[in-house]
Amino acid sequence: MVMKAIYVILFLIFAPFIGGLLDGIDRIISARMQRRKGPSIFQPFYDLGKLFSKEMIAVNNVQLLLNLSYLVILVIAGAMLFAGADLLMVLFILSTADMFLIMAASSDSSPYANMGASREMMQMMAYEPLTLLVAVGFYLTTGSFHVGTIIQQPVSAVLWMPGLLVGFMFTAAIKFRKSPFDLSTSHHAHQEMVKGITTEMSGTTLAIMNIAEYYEMVVILGIFFLFFVNSTWWSWIVALAICFVLFLMETLWDNISARLKWKTVLYGCWVVTLVAGGVNILILMLDK
Amino acid sequence: MIPLLIAIPAVLAVLFQFVRNEKARGYIVYAGSGIIMLTTVIFIVRWVTGGAQTWMLYPETELIDHLMTAGDIFLMCLIIYLSVKHEKVIPIILSVLQTALVIYTEFTADVAEGPHMMVDWLTILMCVIIAFIGGFICIYTVGYMKGYHHHHKEVEDRQPFFFSMLFLFLAAMFGLVLSQNLVWIYFFWEITSVISFLMIGYTKSDEAVNNSFCALWMNLLGGLGFAVAIALMAQLHGTLQLLEVVNIGALLPLMCLSLAGMTKSAQLPFSTWLLGAMVAPTPSSALLHSATMVKAGVYLLIRISPALEGNLVGIIVSSIGGFTFIMASMMAIAQNDAKKVLAFSTISNLGLIVACSGIGVEETVWAAVFLMVFHAVSKSMLFQSVGATENTLGSRDIEDMHGLIIRVPKLAYIMGIGIAGMYLAPFGMLISKWLALKAFVDSGNVILVLCIAYGSATTMFYWTKWLAKLLCYHIPRDTVKDVTRKDEYISMSFHAIVMLLLCLFLPVVAITVVNPIVRELFGNTHDVLSMSVLTTMAIMLVSIFIVPVVMFFISRRSHQELVPIYMNGVNEGDNRFFTNSFGGKDHLYLSNWYLRFEFGRRHLRIPSIIVATAVLVVGFCLVIGGVSW
Amino acid sequence: MAKVSKSPWLLHYDASSCNGCDIEVLDCLTPKYDIERFGIINTGDPFQADIFLITGGVNSQTESVVKQIYSQMPEPKVVVAVGICACTGGVFKECYNIKGGIDTVIPVDVYVPGCAARPEAIIDGVLKALKVLDAKQAALEAKGR
Repeated sequence: MVMKAIYVILFLIFAPFIGGLLDGIDRIISARMQRRKGPSIFQPFYDLGKLFSKEMIAVNNVQLLLNLSYLVILVIAGAMLFAGADLLMVLFILSTADMFLIMAASSDSSPYANMGASREMMQMMAYEPLTLLVAVGFYLTTGSFHVGTIIQQPVSAVLWMPGLLVGFMFTAAIKFRKSPFDLSTSHHAHQEMVKGITTEMSGTTLAIMNIAEYYEMVVILGIFFLFFVNSTWWSWIVALAICFVLFLMETLWDNISARLKWKTVLYGCWVVTLVAGGVNILILMLDK
Repeated sequence: MIPLLIAIPAVLAVLFQFVRNEKARGYIVYAGSGIIMLTTVIFIVRWVTGGAQTWMLYPETELIDHLMTAGDIFLMCLIIYLSVKHEKVIPIILSVLQTALVIYTEFTADVAEGPHMMVDWLTILMCVIIAFIGGFICIYTVGYMKGYHHHHKEVEDRQPFFFSMLFLFLAAMFGLVLSQNLVWIYFFWEITSVISFLMIGYTKSDEAVNNSFCALWMNLLGGLGFAVAIALMAQLHGTLQLLEVVNIGALLPLMCLSLAGMTKSAQLPFSTWLLGAMVAPTPSSALLHSATMVKAGVYLLIRISPALEGNLVGIIVSSIGGFTFIMASMMAIAQNDAKKVLAFSTISNLGLIVACSGIGVEETVWAAVFLMVFHAVSKSMLFQSVGATENTLGSRDIEDMHGLIIRVPKLAYIMGIGIAGMYLAPFGMLISKWLALKAFVDSGNVILVLCIAYGSATTMFYWTKWLAKLLCYHIPRDTVKDVTRKDEYISMSFHAIVMLLLCLFLPVVAITVVNPIVRELFGNTHDVLSMSVLTTMAIMLVSIFIVPVVMFFISRRSHQELVPIYMNGVNEGDNRFFTNSFGGKDHLYLSNWYLRFEFGRRHLRIPSIIVATAVLVVGFCLVIGGVSW
Repeated sequence: MAKVSKSPWLLHYDASSCNGCDIEVLDCLTPKYDIERFGIINTGDPFQADIFLITGGVNSQTESVVKQIYSQMPEPKVVVAVGICACTGGVFKECYNIKGGIDTVIPVDVYVPGCAARPEAIIDGVLKALKVLDAKQAALEAKGR
């Protein structure tokens, strides 16, 4: 119980910092890949500080409310994950949180934000099946949806579910908002849709959205972590290292690929889900 | 008490034929619905104070049996008359076949006498749904039909007929869920089919007539399945008890009953009729085509589900259910007609329930019952709010509901609650989905797991885009006057409150209502959902209700400068317009995303019907061929 | 308080430029000049921008647009006029449709002359704008207290 509380508190306090640092690292590495110098590693925090200090302007009165709800519900999902609760529930709440983001974006009837919101829905539709299958995979491998049980297995779950790991790496790019799946918003300039889902967010509202993204990043990495961790202590270190490597791979992928059309994204994700995830689940079902 | 439950609505139905005064009719509807609800409450109280045991009633019913035979023949004649009038052949063949079969069986087969009615927890739950949701829909109808005929001058005003049918339908539903003898169930089953047929044809337009006959023949096909099941049970096993069907577990009668259940609940390949049924006035869509009549199909399947576990019939039923779940939810994406979306979503959710009952283990049946309850409440609420919106806006196109929260806030809130109830965590649908997923995994059915994984993603898509459309803060071009009447608001607010209470008291509902049902169907069972899960749910629920409220107050404290939305600087200070390249003013118009070319009905309907038919035919062949599984 | 100048995001708008200056502005993002090392992001969204970077003079069609975008930027904000057209109207100054430099419509904080303005000059101008930005933020905070 105490351990759980400690994990949750650690998550609540450090997740935004870890997320921000990862974002900073990501930006530097991207810059170096393009033979640029890149910003400071603390740039995301400077950005946040600036955003909070700006004047509050908004297009309506509900966007801030919805963004705050997005953040808080996402944090609840993360806290449940780190408290060792039911993985499937965590995923369900995660998508509920996303719903608030979509509502925030479409609450203003702005063409760009609405387009972003539609694409965000499409992306959710693309990644949702695989995330559910990942939870099912953990259930089949470890006999429980509970994160607390999953991390206490004698062998790492990845041995049983490599296909799901590949699939999750594929779809996690959507969650990290990385190219080639970065359809609903973009960290890169000059888009046909301005800033997509975040177009109408400014100052504090945007900062809240960014913090939420950092939390989400940590939650996704946390699920990656579950693939590798087992009851031995050193597996924690290995898992952390692998998570970091996976994150770097996402960065690499971001830089070497262009954005795809939505159809390719949707069908690509669904096919990968079916092939990598479905086959993996089938084998697990036959075997276990 | 039971005769009263059936008789009161039936008497009221007759009464409406003689009441031509609109006001008087309104009072009678209120009084009648009140009496029905009260009777149901008294009935339940008496049953619970009597120890909540399973009651088996009426072993000797010679006279009523004969009356029912007469009723069957009357229905057949009615169908033949109407079919001849509209030059349709298939309904006549099906109707004659099944009626002849049932009557022949009744007079020739030597059947062991047994109770004709049964009261247990599942029955009670269905009665509550019928009495309360049905009753309030009747109240809603009072206001709705006024508005409907105000808008649709071209439709002949046949309100007395409509109300008669509504109440007669309630009577038939009570009979259906209380019956235990197959012939009795069949009789009420046929009545609901015919009423549905008559109500779909209410407007008497060509489209309505065609759709009503489509609904009729599909339901009659199911009725034929039912009749075959009756004949088989009587001839081969000498019994007509529903419980005995489950106990004996012979595959062919089960398959025939499943066919009946699947046609009634509009599963693929029979889902066409439910879509066509949307031409009927909204109350009948709410009552028959989402809240109760289609539930009769899944009710039957839930009844027989203990016999479906792990056998061929169960596999076929659950495959068709799972397939329907995903295909219907995909087709719903491409719809912009609100009622069509609701119809597809009904089909898709019923598919999930059918899949659950096809697996036939405790967890899935638990989930199925839960889904049924939540679906009944939220879907009838959604239908009613769509109907009211249609009367107000003059359109039921989702595109026209842009910014409904500003234009008609009350309806938007009700619709929003309904939509949230259909798919958002942690409302009831989700917990059932969670449980269903777990049970599908446990039963080792990888196809169903995939179906639910993909299906929930597509479900999310069409609900979210609708919800987003409602919640747009868009200043309307023209204001509309909310013409929704008080009757309609009474019913809709009742549903909304029930929905919220159901969510808040989810653990209570689970323990006091759903657990006993599963226990009765399966004998002694463990608790399907552990208490820790339920508490987690409750915490989530509270947080999701509370978080936005708290955030509302926090965000209220911050001062925000309101500016126009970003449209490349060409909007004229007013978000509704922008300057086009000729310097003129253009309206801003935002449309949802329908993926028509990918998920359109045109592309998916035929292939999915073919696949489902193939599964069904192959299933029947295997069962008739006696392939053991 | 975090300094705005540590993460200035800019919005680039072409009022009526011949695209010469625009290309030079984009040059600043390339590896050779890399303005991201100052934390600068080219956002393209006024709601998120701190620096409004305009090329070309204002004409009768873009006047309202410039005004509106400017009004959609949250305080503190600065305006950088890039290229001689944006500063004064340049060779188009006398045209029937040109109003003149950007400062005929909104207040400009930094002028970057040139035709086209060189990337070095643009970066220099933006960095000068950052000082103005900090000063404005300080003034805002002083007013707020």
